[in-house]
Amino acid sequence: MSRGKVEIDDDRCKGCGLCIEACPQDVLEFSDDFNSSGYNYVTPENPEDCIGCGFCGKVCPDVAITVYKLQKEGV
Amino acid sequence: MSEEAIAENTAKMKKVFDSPESLNDQHFSYCPGCHHGVINRLIAEAIDELGIQDTTVGTAPVGCSVFLYKWFDIDVIQPAHGRVSAVATGAKRARPDLTVFAYQGDGDFASIGTNNSTHAANRGENITTFFINNTLYGMTGGEMAPTTLIGQKTTTSPHGRSAKDYGYPIKMSEMLAELDGPTYITRQAVYDPKRIDRAKAAIKKAFRIQMEDEGYSLVEFLSACPINWGMDPAEANDRIKKEVEEVYPLGDIIERG
Repeated sequence: MSRGKVEIDDDRCKGCGLCIEACPQDVLEFSDDFNSSGYNYVTPENPEDCIGCGFCGKVCPDVAITVYKLQKEGV
Repeated sequence: MSEEAIAENTAKMKKVFDSPESLNDQHFSYCPGCHHGVINRLIAEAIDELGIQDTTVGTAPVGCSVFLYKWFDIDVIQPAHGRVSAVATGAKRARPDLTVFAYQGDGDFASIGTNNSTHAANRGENITTFFINNTLYGMTGGEMAPTTLIGQKTTTSPHGRSAKDYGYPIKMSEMLAELDGPTYITRQAVYDPKRIDRAKAAIKKAFRIQMEDEGYSLVEFLSACPINWGMDPAEANDRIKKEVEEVYPLGDIIERG
């Protein structure tokens, strides 16, 4: 069960890779594809390791990332 | 994990990070890894959290961030180059009920607009200024700026800036802190999540000072320009940490009650 989930808007991503550097869980990697602007976008390669810390979203200069975090039962 | 298990897991999740309301859906035109985008988002988050989206007016510089009006879902004025502090002054004096911020790069704030920005600070004008210092002129191709570090290579200082020929990097924040006008001056960076949190706290503080009528506040950001520095974004972050912070140290410079 993953504790978090990260969604990347492929079209907004410019492939700067700052989120890959910031992720403490090595969830993110460059994809094998390019978006409509020609950037090699980032994708969650190991989504099950995500803990929902939000570091990737914070360092993203293009507001391309949405982060979800698992809530404890009864909260 | 089965698909149902994934779906069930996802249903228990809460969104903890998303684009702020005060930004719209337009994509930034900044280069990959540019810190302007982070700073724009932090300002928008601060506006959201203070609940001032409908009463905030931004003034945008000439430079990479000239299109603020396109990206922010607030009113933005785009004055002539360097006149941002002056136009922000006018907006604030005409409508003191609004929260007015000036967003300026180092070309706008520390070069062509030094006169305007210095006098706005000296008057203790009740506006908030965000000064983005990336140590060169980004939009026009990476030329030397007054903020360029000694020895830094740019397109107009190919052998590195020499103090003998071009003088020293101008420390605007320290300079303005000598004046009696400003209330709050701080320097921040946004290269890691910890600094980003601190920078956002500084932005909110600067806005609050204005909202409480306490006068001029300035937040300077050390910003990366990977393209014109000839570095990849991670190296550019490292450069701020190792080189730029040496010349422009982080932290609050003045805070007057």
